[in-house]
Amino acid sequence: MRQQVLVLYLATSALDSQVVGWSRYDGTGRTRPTTGDGDEPPYLTGLAALHDGWRLFQASQLLPPQSGHEYDVSFLKHEFFFEKLEEDPHPRT
Amino acid sequence: MDLTKVENYQQWANSAHDRGLRGAYVRRMRTSKHLLTSVEVARFVAQGYLRLDGVVPPELNERAVAALDEGLPHVAYGTPLSAAFGQDTFVHALLALPVVAGAVESLVGPGPTVDHHAVHVREPHEGHAQDLHADAIIDVRPDAFDIQLMYYPHEVTAAMGGTLSVPGSHLRRINETDIGRVQNLRGQTRLTCPAGTVVLVHHGIWHSGRRNDTERRRHMYKLRLNPTVPQVRLWDTADLHDPAVTAELATAFPWYEQATARLEIHNRVLLWRALTGDDLFDVDHWVTRVTNRPTRPTRRSHV
Repeated sequence: MRQQVLVLYLATSALDSQVVGWSRYDGTGRTRPTTGDGDEPPYLTGLAALHDGWRLFQASQLLPPQSGHEYDVSFLKHEFFFEKLEEDPHPRT
Repeated sequence: MDLTKVENYQQWANSAHDRGLRGAYVRRMRTSKHLLTSVEVARFVAQGYLRLDGVVPPELNERAVAALDEGLPHVAYGTPLSAAFGQDTFVHALLALPVVAGAVESLVGPGPTVDHHAVHVREPHEGHAQDLHADAIIDVRPDAFDIQLMYYPHEVTAAMGGTLSVPGSHLRRINETDIGRVQNLRGQTRLTCPAGTVVLVHHGIWHSGRRNDTERRRHMYKLRLNPTVPQVRLWDTADLHDPAVTAELATAFPWYEQATARLEIHNRVLLWRALTGDDLFDVDHWVTRVTNRPTRPTRRSHV
């Protein structure tokens, strides 16, 4: 089996909030997703990915801002990792 | 008040900023220089870049492509821009174009120095884009910034993989390719442009050279400039109080998280205050509200 990975960045920490960013990594080797290869997200919300069979395996923690850095902005905060398992396209015999 | 004669300016007061004072600036007079307006600079502060489409004439574009294919001479860090490039070079001619010179001066002031320059080439069918990144190392200066001039001497089509950039990303504190995991963001810009386009970007902008899916080499010339003067009111400030300035600074982008979008505006206000010397400027009370700490009035003793 091979892993398809979908990363969704959401507008809030709620899984059913809007997708604002996304990445794909293809463990089967059939496709080569890369930076800037699409303008439309694959799903409108994180929940829509669940409806389509993606399994959530990691969500970013809710961390309070560090004292003195409450107004700093950096990485996108609400990151969710999903997977689908697919047959290996080149199984060893 | 000290006055310094500056070419093409009627008068330029040595800024209060230089002497640690606030609020004593003299407005620059509109001149023949192609300085940016306040609205344009506010747009740069909000978006992190400024596009100048097709501003370079065709003959200079042709010279540039030939020179970029041959490679460029090394320029030492910190070389004054005025001394870095011979008068017979395309770079000198590019920086002498009034629209380019005016935009550069509006952002980093007169007399910037060259940080570095480079030729970026994406070969035909170069199959993988760069990871999303900001250049150099994390750089969180609150009241100064470098600009990077990106020059495209030929047309860039969608299939040629023009530079991907993320509007409004420049104030996010990340270090180089640490953001590389992220492939796409709503509202990202995949540059397509006519020949002779110049884009000036804030040093912190997230960007990536995209995959080139054509048979043609894609060229881009990049020049990073460091300011040598305080970046305070360097542009044409005649429209400083135009409501469009506030509107630009309040711009939200589709990739912002709901809550962080408000912090972005807060941080832009702080940068705008630094660039204008106006410590009271605000957008929708965001900074004023969270810095309001009234002190108890001193009681006079009763006689």
